[in-house]
Order: sequence, then C-alpha cells, then structure tokens
Amino acid sequence: MPMSQSVIEMKGITKEFGTFRANDNIHLDLRKGEIHALLGENGAGKSTLMNILSGLLEPTSGEIKVNGNSVKISSPDVANELGIGMVHQHFMLVDKFTVTENIMLGREKSKFGYIDKKSAEKEIKELSDHYGLKVEPSSKVENITVGMQQRVEILKTLYRGADILIFDEPTGVLTPQEIEELMGIMRKLTDEGKSIILITHKLDEIKQVSNRCTVIRRGKSIDTVDVSITTQQELADMMVGRSVTFKVNKKPADPKETVLKVEQLTVKESRGYDAVKEISFEVKAGEILGIAGVDGNGQSELIQALSGLTKSSSGKVHLAGTDITNKKPRKITEAGLGHIPEDRQKYGLILPMTLEENISLQTYYQKPYSNHGFLNYKEIKVHAKRLIEEFDVRTPSEEHTAASLSGGNQQKAIIAREVDRDPALLIAAQPTRGLDVGAIEYIHKRLIELRDNGKAVLLMSYELDEVMNVSDRIAVMYDGKIIAIVNANETNESELGLLMAGVPIAEAKKKSDGKGKEKDAVDSTT
Amino acid sequence: MQLIRQHKTWLNNLLVPVLSIVFGFIFGAILMVAFGYNPIIAYDAMISGVFASPYFIGEALRQATALTFTGLGFALAFKAGFFNIGIAGQALVGWVSAIWFALSFPDLPRILLVTLSLGVGAIIGALWASIAGFLRAYFGTSEVIVTIMLNYTALQLTNFLIRDVLSESGNTTESVGENASLSIGWLSTLTQSSRLNLGFFIAMAVVILYWIFMTRTTAGFEIRAVGLNPHASTYAGMSAEKNIILSMFLSGALAGLGGAIHGLGTFGNIFTQGGLPDIGFNGIAVALLGLSNPIGIFFSSILFGVLDIGAGFMPNRAGVPDEMADIVTSAIIFFVGANYIIRYFVDKRAAKKEAASSTKGGDV
Repeated sequence: MPMSQSVIEMKGITKEFGTFRANDNIHLDLRKGEIHALLGENGAGKSTLMNILSGLLEPTSGEIKVNGNSVKISSPDVANELGIGMVHQHFMLVDKFTVTENIMLGREKSKFGYIDKKSAEKEIKELSDHYGLKVEPSSKVENITVGMQQRVEILKTLYRGADILIFDEPTGVLTPQEIEELMGIMRKLTDEGKSIILITHKLDEIKQVSNRCTVIRRGKSIDTVDVSITTQQELADMMVGRSVTFKVNKKPADPKETVLKVEQLTVKESRGYDAVKEISFEVKAGEILGIAGVDGNGQSELIQALSGLTKSSSGKVHLAGTDITNKKPRKITEAGLGHIPEDRQKYGLILPMTLEENISLQTYYQKPYSNHGFLNYKEIKVHAKRLIEEFDVRTPSEEHTAASLSGGNQQKAIIAREVDRDPALLIAAQPTRGLDVGAIEYIHKRLIELRDNGKAVLLMSYELDEVMNVSDRIAVMYDGKIIAIVNANETNESELGLLMAGVPIAEAKKKSDGKGKEKDAVDSTT
Repeated sequence: MQLIRQHKTWLNNLLVPVLSIVFGFIFGAILMVAFGYNPIIAYDAMISGVFASPYFIGEALRQATALTFTGLGFALAFKAGFFNIGIAGQALVGWVSAIWFALSFPDLPRILLVTLSLGVGAIIGALWASIAGFLRAYFGTSEVIVTIMLNYTALQLTNFLIRDVLSESGNTTESVGENASLSIGWLSTLTQSSRLNLGFFIAMAVVILYWIFMTRTTAGFEIRAVGLNPHASTYAGMSAEKNIILSMFLSGALAGLGGAIHGLGTFGNIFTQGGLPDIGFNGIAVALLGLSNPIGIFFSSILFGVLDIGAGFMPNRAGVPDEMADIVTSAIIFFVGANYIIRYFVDKRAAKKEAASSTKGGDV
C-alpha cells in the first residue's frame, strides 16, 4: 500500500475569531490509505480545523492542498466535490425515512421527474456489500440500532463519492462490540484506498486503528507521531501538556453501614417488558460500586427507577434507612440522593437557562435560595460563584446559559450541584462520556474523594476501564440481572468481558485465567 | 463585551416583531394599490383618526386593555410549553360570570362588588382552562384539541345562560348597576367620555405582577423550567402534573379577568354571541408579537388597539372598505406567525457579523 502520497496537506492554518486564535499555524498532512488521528482536548481547535476542511469556515491564513493542488474550500459543496466527507458525531438522519431515502436526501436521482429510488437502492446495496457495512437499504432509520445509523452516515459520504472521510468522535455512542465493528470498517475503507481523519480523545482507539496521530493543544499543532512507536502515556501528556495519571490513585475502601439497599427490584421499560429483573444489591458508605455491562442490559432503567424517574413494578429500595420505593424524585433527592444523569443535556441541565439557575436546580425552593416562594437571586449568585470557583467550571460568568459551556464544563456544573448538596449516595451514570482526559481525571478524583469522605457511590459506565479503575466492587449486568458482583482488585478485563457477554461466573473465571495470561503475553511483546 | 453582546441579541429580538409589523403594513399597502386605493391616505386616516382625538385614543387603550390580559394569559401557558388556544372561551366564561355576579348582588358596596365580580370572572376562566390542564396532566390529552372544543362549549353555554337564565328569552342581559361600573370620572372626562376605564390600570399592574411572578418566584421558575426542558425539570423534582395544571389555571385566570374587564368596562352587560370574541384570538397574536414578554405584550396590545379603532376611519376618510382594514390587521398577524422566516434572516445576518467580529471562539 503506497502510503507516501499526501491526499491532503494543510499548511500553516490560522483561524482567528476577533482576537482569539482558534487555530494557530496548524500543519496536518493526510496520506493516501492511512487512518490519521487528530487528538486534542475539548476546545483545542480540532473542530475548527475540520470545519475549515469541510468548507464551513474559511481560514484567516494558510494553504490547503488536495491531491497536490492548492484549493480554496469556500463551501461544503466544494468540499464534497473534492471528495471530502464528514461522518458527524450527531447523526443527521430523518427517523421516519428509510436508509435509502436518507442517503438520497439532497442528491435525489430522478427519472422523468420521479424519484428513482430503485436504482439508488441498488447502488447503496452494492456500496454496503463492498465495504462490509451490512446495511439494509429498505429499513427505516427509527428501527435500526445506533451503530447501524452510523453506518448509514458513512454510506452517505461514500454515496457522494468521498475519498477522504472525517470521523468526528465516532465511538461516543457505540457499545464495545459496535466499536470493534467500526474499527473493522475503518480498516476496510483504508484497504480500499480511502483515507480517514479520526477525531477523538480516546487513546486506546488511536492505538488500535490509526497509523499516525497529530496532536493539537490550544490551537497549535504540537507534533505528528507514528502511533506504533508512541505509548498512550506519551500521547496523553502531549495532549494535555503535562503528565497525566491514568491509574487512579486510591486507598483501599473502608466500607461502613449500608446506604442503598435494593431488594428484588423489577422495572418495566417503555414497551412493557421487564428491563430489570428482580435485582438485589447494596452499596455501603465509603465504597464505590461499579455497574458494568453492555449498553441496553437494564442499567439505564435501574438508575431511572432508583432516582424516581420511572416506577418499578415490584421490589423495594431503601436509601439511608428511608423507603424510597416509587417515591417522587424530590422525595428521593431529599432522602439523600445525588444523581449525575446519563444524558446530561436532556436530564441534567436546562440548557437555555443560566448557569446560576442550573446550579440551583435542586435547591431553588429551599432557604436561602428562596423565601416564602420568592427567589433570592443574590444568594443564588453567591452560591453559583462559589461552586464555579471550587469545581473549576470554565465560563465567562454565571449568567451565561448552560448551552454555551463545553461538555466537560457542563458536566462539572452538574457534579458541583450534586456533590455540594452532600448526598449520602451519589449515582454517577456515564459521568465521563464524551469528555477529554483532563476532565475524566478530575471527575474520577472527585468520585473517590466523595468515597473517602464516607459517602456511597454508584457508578454506572459502559467503559470497562473506568469501572475497573474507579470502583471497589463491580456488579455486572446482563439481560436485566446482576450476574455477578466481583471485587475490582480480584478481577481482570477478560473475566468482566465474559461476564458482560452473559457467561456464568464460574465458567468466566476458568476461561479468563488462561486468557488473561495469553493477553498479558501479547501485551508484553508489543 | 458581554453586555454589548446581550444588548445585541436583545436588539435582534426586537427586530423580529418590528419587521413583522412593517411587512404587514407593506403587504396591506400592496393590496390596496392593487385594488385601486391609496394606501398613504388610508394609513394616514387610520393613524390621524386615532391620534387626533382624546376620545379615540381612549378607545384604543380600552381595546388594548382586554388584549393585554388575553395576551398575558396565552404567554403564561406558552412559557410552560402549552398552546392554550382556548383563551377566547375562557375570556367569554369570565365575562358572563362577572356580569351574572354583578347582576345578582347589585347592592354590594362598589369596591366590594367590582373586586368580587372581577374575581369571579378570573376564577371561572381559570377553572375552565384547568379542565384542559387536568386532562393533559393525568390522561395525556392534547390541550390544543381540548381547549378548541371548550371554546365552542363556552360559546353555547354562554348563549344559553343569556337567553334562559339571565334574561327571559332575550338576546341581552340588563346592564349592571352603578356599583359594578369600572368607569373613572376623571379618565372619562380626560378622554371625552370614551369607555377607557379602571381596567387599564389593573392591566398595567398585572403586567408588573406577571413579570415578578415569572422571574422572581419559585412557581414562575418552575413554569419556565418545565417549558424549556420537562425532562430535566422532572429530574430536579418538579411535578409535571402540578405545573401543567397551575399554568393552565393561571392562563385561564388572566383570560377570564380580561373577559370580565371587557364585559364590565366596555359593555356593562352581555349579549348573545355569534362567534367567539376577538379578544381571544387577537390575544394570541399579541402574545406572539410581544415575544411572550409582559412589556412586549403591553405595547403590542396597544398597537392592536390602535389598529382596531383606526381601521374604522379607513372607509369614511379613505374610501377603503372595512374588509381591507381587516386584511391589513390579518397580514400583520400573519407575519407575526411567520416570524421564523424573519428570524431566519435576522439570525443569519447576526451569525455573519458574529463570525466576522467575535472575540470568543471556543471550539467552533
């Protein structure tokens, strides 16, 4: 495979917004047939650079060459003609339309004024088979999985003749299996001569699929490195600009009295079947219980039921000695629950409201934030300012809307609000999803700090690393049941992986013993 | 810088309704030209007709009074995320119940009778709207459909009451007594005995109370929160059911109060209605034009009051038929409704300027 030829060269790209330099003399070259990772923290300037490449923004200065020719990408259409396609992080699909209709959208083929769906469908089918995407062109988008929807987005760019594909944080919404499959698809694409830019802040993914990696920090390109000879630690340090600790430092847990007691809990999901099936477990003060499992095995429903957002159909839940079974969210909150919700923008924040209002979202009705039904904005402001300072929420002021903050800062604001109320139990659902290494490190530290202060923490995450590093005990959920609870320091990745796939604990232990060693051996050779 | 930015968005927000009005007038002018009328004379007749005499200024403000209430009523439910299209029906039940009360207790002292009559109107309007709120909260019924249906129920019920309870098969009720009158002597004198009344001052007070309620109380905070993001509000322990019913109750109370003031202040009685009162649907337009902001609603209801009264001068002074005057008003309402088109262009222009001169880049 000839990897020397550059398909894209971005030289000295600078983009200024007023006095702010989002991109400062950035260099990036993409070779034919490579997967080139673009690594940087939130706000480092990755998106600005890619928006320039896809024609949404024009650079203040700098040169772009596509296949050796100097070009001016003045609009997305120009980018399209140059064969540059973007697979967006948030899918741009019409749910009620079929795959074919979605892909054709904006590029409708017509025959005598009628839309020629048949030939488009055939073409899409061929493309899908060629790249092993396994997409069924006639299914409706609302009926296919998130992973499939992403493939539809990939097909969309291919259908429009893209040779250079930009993947913007493609794995954020995928399950581990889907991520594995996506990696395969990306390799297949490059084998066929496509070139890929992968925007991400997940280091293991970069190690897994990409050939080279360009690191961007505060708008400047720091370096472009060969991934095979660079460690994750080196990548992380380059991205953050200081030494990052991956291994979470923590003392052994010192569990005390039971804070959360769940007995035989069953929860139905919206379509009426049991998503959580007679689950029982406890979380003690001073420990972090992790819930591992593949997305869709009842974790979300369990947490919704614990926090009062859905009703359970049977079973009991006790929080700090109070029966909170099927109580209203406010009653549960007042009984001592802090909750970092899985979907921070849908549940955690009211985006158009100001940061100070969001920080008071759980306490606005209490003194001193209100008095006899009247809000006391003075106190609300003082409180918000203190938490913004203490939790290092980066915002120009507390009067900015929550929508104007970056994902990491939105999450910090939620954590500030929930932790500051001093809850007996904190439920953290996917607390670091979509965040960069610096923010993840910070959040993990906070969770452990909370534990060390004698609080109970329930951590639900689809990231195995996170569950393993942060938790003291790990409950694995499969098909609505907890199939095993193991101690974090007595398990390994392959045992958990097997449990997550529904393999019973005895068998998983046996299998993983051999595999664990095998894996270690492989690791040490690389 | 931040202040300048906020100032700018504020100006942009104001630009949308102002452009809606301008486009409405332009559209009306084109139509008049097309049918051979002179729009300049027509608009001049409309404006100078109202502003040349204190009487007509008074009448325009009197008309604006009712619209302020119905506009605020619509806006309150709208802020909570509900489309209360039943404002007209709620105003009508408020009107008839206020008249009924005033006729039933004619001998109460004036201050008591006025307060109680208006209070009864507000409460009946509130309860009427709460039916839709209750059904929405506990059975998930669409408040749009239910309030439309309740509009017709209110209309027929009112006509039945007028014919069979409040009169003997007549089409109008008796007029309420002196003690239920809202007129203020010096105000009538000032406006050359127009029907401008106490209601105008109540409207101004309610505008301020509405603002305080929405921005300074926990109940108003909850209503705004639920309207902006019901999921996060539930997560934060607010009760969706409570807020649905409360916002519909208050919305109906404002509409009912508007109806009661319209009834006692403008007419002093009630007569059988051929259709739903204009103050209902025009109130919706007023709220949209005023961007659901109480001050905005106050001024847009004054504009509607002026249009309404001014349109009456167009036939006599400019030879433009009544219908044409109505079309101009409708065109403005149309452009208000279609404001997202205008907003699209305003936002686009703002985005361009932003990109050119912004100092805050971030991860764009």
